[in-house]
Amino acid sequence: MTTDPIPAQPIDFDPVESPRDNYLNVNYRIKSWLLTVDHKRIAILYLLGITFFFVIGGIFALMIRLELLTPRGDLLKADTYNKMFTMHGIVMVFFFLIPSIPAVIGNFIVPMMVGARDLAFPRLNLASWYIYILGGVFTMIAMVSGGVDTGWTFYTPYSSVYSNTHVALTAIGIFVTGFSSILTGLNFIVTIHKMRAPGLTWFRMPLFLWSIYATSLIMVLGTPVVAIAIVLVGLERLFNIGVFNPALGGDPILFQHLFWFYSHPAVYIMVLPSMGVVSEIIATFTRRRIFGYKIVALSSLAIALIGFFVWGHHMFVSGQSLYAGMIFSFLSFFVAIPSAIKVFNWTATLYKGSILLATPMYYAMGFIGLFTMGGLTGLFLASLGMDVHVTDTYFIVAHFHYIMVGGAIMGYLGGIHYWWPKITGRMYAEVPAKIAAFLIFIGFNLTFFPQFLVGYLGMPRRYHEYPPEFQVYNVMSTAGASILAVGYVIPLVYLLWSLKYGRRATANPWGATTLEWQTPSPPPTENFLEPPVVTHEAYDFSALSPEVLAGHFPGSASKA
Amino acid sequence: MDQRFQLLPDQASTFAPRVDLLYLFLWSVTAFFTLLIFLLIVYLGLRYRRRSATEVPTPMHGGTALEIAWTVIPLIIVMVIFFWGAKIYFTFYSPPADAIEIHVIGKQWMWKIQHPEGRREINELHVPVGKAVKLVLSSQDVIHSFYVPAFRVKQDAVPGRYTVMWFKATRVGEYHLFCAEYCGTEHSRMVGKVIVMEPDAYQAWLVGSPADQSPVVAGEKLFKTLGCVACHAVQAPTMAGLYMSQQKFTDGSTVVADDNYLRESILDSTAKIVEGYQPVMPSYRNQISEEQVMQLVSYIKSLKNPPREGGSTQFPAAPAPSQR
Repeated sequence: MTTDPIPAQPIDFDPVESPRDNYLNVNYRIKSWLLTVDHKRIAILYLLGITFFFVIGGIFALMIRLELLTPRGDLLKADTYNKMFTMHGIVMVFFFLIPSIPAVIGNFIVPMMVGARDLAFPRLNLASWYIYILGGVFTMIAMVSGGVDTGWTFYTPYSSVYSNTHVALTAIGIFVTGFSSILTGLNFIVTIHKMRAPGLTWFRMPLFLWSIYATSLIMVLGTPVVAIAIVLVGLERLFNIGVFNPALGGDPILFQHLFWFYSHPAVYIMVLPSMGVVSEIIATFTRRRIFGYKIVALSSLAIALIGFFVWGHHMFVSGQSLYAGMIFSFLSFFVAIPSAIKVFNWTATLYKGSILLATPMYYAMGFIGLFTMGGLTGLFLASLGMDVHVTDTYFIVAHFHYIMVGGAIMGYLGGIHYWWPKITGRMYAEVPAKIAAFLIFIGFNLTFFPQFLVGYLGMPRRYHEYPPEFQVYNVMSTAGASILAVGYVIPLVYLLWSLKYGRRATANPWGATTLEWQTPSPPPTENFLEPPVVTHEAYDFSALSPEVLAGHFPGSASKA
Repeated sequence: MDQRFQLLPDQASTFAPRVDLLYLFLWSVTAFFTLLIFLLIVYLGLRYRRRSATEVPTPMHGGTALEIAWTVIPLIIVMVIFFWGAKIYFTFYSPPADAIEIHVIGKQWMWKIQHPEGRREINELHVPVGKAVKLVLSSQDVIHSFYVPAFRVKQDAVPGRYTVMWFKATRVGEYHLFCAEYCGTEHSRMVGKVIVMEPDAYQAWLVGSPADQSPVVAGEKLFKTLGCVACHAVQAPTMAGLYMSQQKFTDGSTVVADDNYLRESILDSTAKIVEGYQPVMPSYRNQISEEQVMQLVSYIKSLKNPPREGGSTQFPAAPAPSQR
């Protein structure tokens, strides 16, 4: 692969293998994990919870795809099918996507990237994990005791009056989990403001910090609104208080306003952290400062800000006024601009870079391609006359999966691979990782691209049965989902395998510039042996010594 | 139903070709930029592969001209898309004044439809080709959405209010009718057909079964049996010429008396009190069905000119360019 692999040498902060304590081996008792206030251990706890929910949500998705293989409702009953897509949405959105990058990668990396010993409020951090688990328990109880069938959007008055399923219990679960999100966001905001290492000015911050900061603002400002909306649904359901039910003098459209005021920005909670991960990966694997660094950093804030003013684009056929529709459409197009700027800048960064096509880079490049597709198909939906036809069809389903799966999950997996050596002290196996990344990319496109076409033909979403002329697209989709499932299982295997058999990772195997790589892998409990001082802007690769740059070149060094 | 691989649904309304043209334009933009970015990434990724482990490329900082270019060009493109889409939407919100008005009520899990001449149908909508048809939608329970892909139109039917959609069919045939807003167990069976017929055939169909009363006639009857007539035209505001006129209320606010206002005044009679009157009318909430409300509204709308007794000049008919 390369011509002159420079042997990895121990350098001052880089004892390749030392029997010293790290955050993993400092204590093996279960209590030391459940009562830990170490952000790194809490990140691992989140990783376990999130992986569990991803598997659950994935099983629901497979049931949906199997049912839709044929036009008739022959595998599941209509009620069961409705519960499947509802719980798929709830689990994936609230218990996987929203916490995924912030709570796992963010928890682990943010304090290290700012050069701190921990987050600003370590106990609050642990509390937020317990709150997340508590919310998850409520929701799981709701699911095993019969489930919920409102769709993850909980539209009233169906959810507040007509559904006979466990709406209240699920709502409590989501309400509770929301607080975990608020507390995590708060913790990140304070940490980034107050705990940056000496010399780490705002415009020296790695772009991951910028995007996590923007994400945290949305979490703190938006989540309370959806929490209130869900409480109001519960009150109407349990005590007949007329808020949304027109028979009690309520307004069902009000719920949609409250719900989307949070849930549209929530899309950016899911995708902004991925953008941050992709920026880190591209910088490291091209050895380049991200082109237009400042603009890319500020575009994250722009997305967070503009994202709060576009919620009405979910309601173009709800009966809202013509002029409300026009304003929301107009504003929605503006949120496309900072996203486009990011894509162009990432691409420009590759030009004349020193590009290493390792697995994280595969995911980053996949992210850019799929996010571009997802973003551009968003233009269809922001466009009023077009949205009337395609809203509530499979076109929407395809679009948001391009953003949430093609975007957010590609970023998450890229980040997991990129920081895996830091988190575990082991290298993952490059060959199966590349195969999996490839399968995920192919499987993803085969699953969701046909849904754009069948959506335009008019297939409504959330349909248990459908007219037979739509079958050919659904067969493609189900075939793609099967490939995607295989692609997701493979990393589970080789990542677990690497924990025991993977090569030991050096402190900085990729030759990266950010602070988390300037401490051993896995890091000691206190993160840094000495408090770091920052003297360069982010991504200044010329400041790294050849030894550090050589790092641990995948494929070049011998197995441990 | 066949298995042919089609990319566009049937084009059967005046909206269809307009929406399809925008769709093709949007796909061109999407394909151009997705391919551009994708090919660039693959090309650059292979072209600039790392030659040696310690290689560091010469630093490159941003270029202002480039940043401006890839901000302004997308901005221009999205503004074109905005105006294009808004123009179609504006038409969608402006039903022609001579449109045939058909009432549609969604309920779990069927569409109940009534034509102005009185004929009712369920999960089927017969319409004449080449004539504008306006649907006034409501729902008896949860939110539904009336969706005809071949017409490229969709509108939610919301409980507690009226929404409006319109289309002009251009091709005789049968087309899918779907409920597009998730509404519970049998959501995917809340489907039906829109049958576009030659105008003559439509006329024949309208009278082809034992006729139901037209909504106006039924509304007039209700107006009497419910006792409305006892007050309205005597000590309560008269109904003649009321529809689409400007109403002034005791709190000083004004509103144009559209379908939703009439509906509210029947069901929530004290919400808005016309200036000079007392809030004495009883509410008809939960007393009459959604269909009966629609019939009453139809009847009131039919009273366009002041009746012979006169005395309703306080409600000058407002010019009504748009009904939304």
